[in-house]
Amino acid sequence: MAKARIASTSGRACVLRGDDIDTDRIIPARFMKVVTFDDVGEHAFEDDRRAAKGNHPLDDDTFAGASILVVGRNFGCGSSREHAPQALMRFGFDGFIGGSFAEIFAGNCTALGLVCATLADDDLENLMGSVELDPAQTVTIDVEAKTVTSRAGSVPATIPDGTRRQLLEGTWDATGMLLDGADDVSRTAAGLPYLNGFAS
Amino acid sequence: MSESPRSLFDKVWELHRVRELPSGQTQLFIGTHLVHEVTSPQAFAMLRERGLPVRFPERTFATVDHIIPTDSQLRPLSDALAEAMMTELERNCREHGIQLFDAASGAQGIVHVIGPELGITQPGSTIACGDSHTSTHGAFGAIAFGIGTSQVRDVLATQCLAMAGLRVRRIEVTGKLAPGVYAKDVTLDVIRRLGVKGGVGFAYEYAGPVIEAMSLEERMTVCNMSIEGGARCGYVNPDDTTYDYLRGRRYAPGGAAGGDAFERAVAWWRSMASDAGAPYDDVVEVPGGEIAPTVTWGINPGQNCGVDQRIPSFQDTPDADRASVAEALEYMDFRPGAPIAGTPIDVAFIGSCTNGRISDLREAARVAKTGRVAANVRALVVPGSQEVARQAEEEGLDEVFRAHGFQWREPGCSMCLAMNPDKLQGREVCASSSNRNFKGRQGSPTGRTLLMSPAMVAAAALAGKVVDVREIL
Repeated sequence: MAKARIASTSGRACVLRGDDIDTDRIIPARFMKVVTFDDVGEHAFEDDRRAAKGNHPLDDDTFAGASILVVGRNFGCGSSREHAPQALMRFGFDGFIGGSFAEIFAGNCTALGLVCATLADDDLENLMGSVELDPAQTVTIDVEAKTVTSRAGSVPATIPDGTRRQLLEGTWDATGMLLDGADDVSRTAAGLPYLNGFAS
Repeated sequence: MSESPRSLFDKVWELHRVRELPSGQTQLFIGTHLVHEVTSPQAFAMLRERGLPVRFPERTFATVDHIIPTDSQLRPLSDALAEAMMTELERNCREHGIQLFDAASGAQGIVHVIGPELGITQPGSTIACGDSHTSTHGAFGAIAFGIGTSQVRDVLATQCLAMAGLRVRRIEVTGKLAPGVYAKDVTLDVIRRLGVKGGVGFAYEYAGPVIEAMSLEERMTVCNMSIEGGARCGYVNPDDTTYDYLRGRRYAPGGAAGGDAFERAVAWWRSMASDAGAPYDDVVEVPGGEIAPTVTWGINPGQNCGVDQRIPSFQDTPDADRASVAEALEYMDFRPGAPIAGTPIDVAFIGSCTNGRISDLREAARVAKTGRVAANVRALVVPGSQEVARQAEEEGLDEVFRAHGFQWREPGCSMCLAMNPDKLQGREVCASSSNRNFKGRQGSPTGRTLLMSPAMVAAAALAGKVVDVREIL
């Protein structure tokens, strides 16, 4: 079950400012009463967008059609709900550029083949400013080269090594890779005292 | 040959390491997989699409907690969407031979309450669950990870996760807690000091005299909120408190009888604790004696202060934090520099995986006894599990709560995240013993949450406003 290799992603970007944006805001819990992910995209940032009365970046026509979301620090903190990246993916995003990402959120993104790239503070601020001035420009996250390129220039981006290799090698859906280690799994299980009656 | 000293985290990681993956990550064996109704249906559907079985059904345990109503658990559930999720979980467990602790089992409850009380949660093991508060299980000296649904699929299919290693930060809570100060206050204090993103990339090891003196239930409260500090997991080294808690529990070694099997387990568990002189990537000291009953004033758990302190003013706020403080105060409609004590509340919620255990209910009842819920306050007590409810009823705590104006409900996650009918309305302010004060967390998009200990929630319920529980106890 090999998946697509993801060497880069490009597109228009949308800027969503603010730190510590949690997954309850990305998708409020009441929209998780579902047994599939099919419709979660409709509810991305629903409460924030309603509160902003049309002034939310996701409702801003100048960002329409964006496939990259530019965010602040600690994006996706809180709940482990995969519904959050699922909602953003189904809304149309396949790449995230931010100051930092909460770990479970970033892990969930990888499992879906979505790219999370981290920039230094100044580079992030420049990128946000540039996209706000010229939302029609193309922004590129190059996973291979570990860069983010926009009209503001090409700057170094951080993508954790393991994640980067999963994206580049098309093993971001980890099940296949983990199934390949089946014999090693049996050996590890056989060596765990708590699965074997604590026999000395 | 003597081995060099290691932390519990390193020992557990090493023991569960299956192999290094081509990606450079570690394939890590997960000893126990806990499953609930919200984050699992899509994972089971993916298994079905791929024709994969559950690799270790006997190491997988399920319950229903997030969506279950707390007024009546009778089937069919009154909410059709909730009933559909419940039915899906039942079908998945049946098809794959997974033990389900449903309402009829007598052992249903919040997944992070029942794992420990059934003795499923054990030292030296790895645990995963599609829920961020899985860090709770670290209180036993387990390494426990909250995961997303695709990873739930990975664990169901392979009993493994692909993970990068973590650094370990030891947090030593020194001294002794003052009366009226609880585990909840300790964890809120730690999060404020280290920040809500301070733990990213870390496992937290909690230690020091305050942690050592804590009961297992208190340690669970502390480990539960590790994730709110950004840490991937949190744990406490196992000790006699841990072994005494586990002895005789249904799934503990030797079961109810204990015996030799249990003693062999204790010997192994002891060997898994961090060695003296183990290396840490960071060590932080937190003076426990200085911690006051703590209350959040903002929209993340790090935005908190002692009940005798003031909400920050902009002058006192570092530039980097000013925007988030302003956003928080605007949402909460709180005045910068105002005292947090005296803030009026509309709702009081006692429960959740953070503070829905028997010791939490005992402390809350001790306070509840001193008065009556204020006329304009709706107060809910939601036990963390059927077992907690039984114990509380045996001790007459349900009667105490009812007699003093609290509603006594059936077990579940309830108003912590409001996936069931228990929700805030409009701009209501809730004094809550749960773990998150995020915008809209408790079911109303404009609802407001003040996190605090269960005793503080009970005190606020009686007064109709935030008060210092030390003045009551």
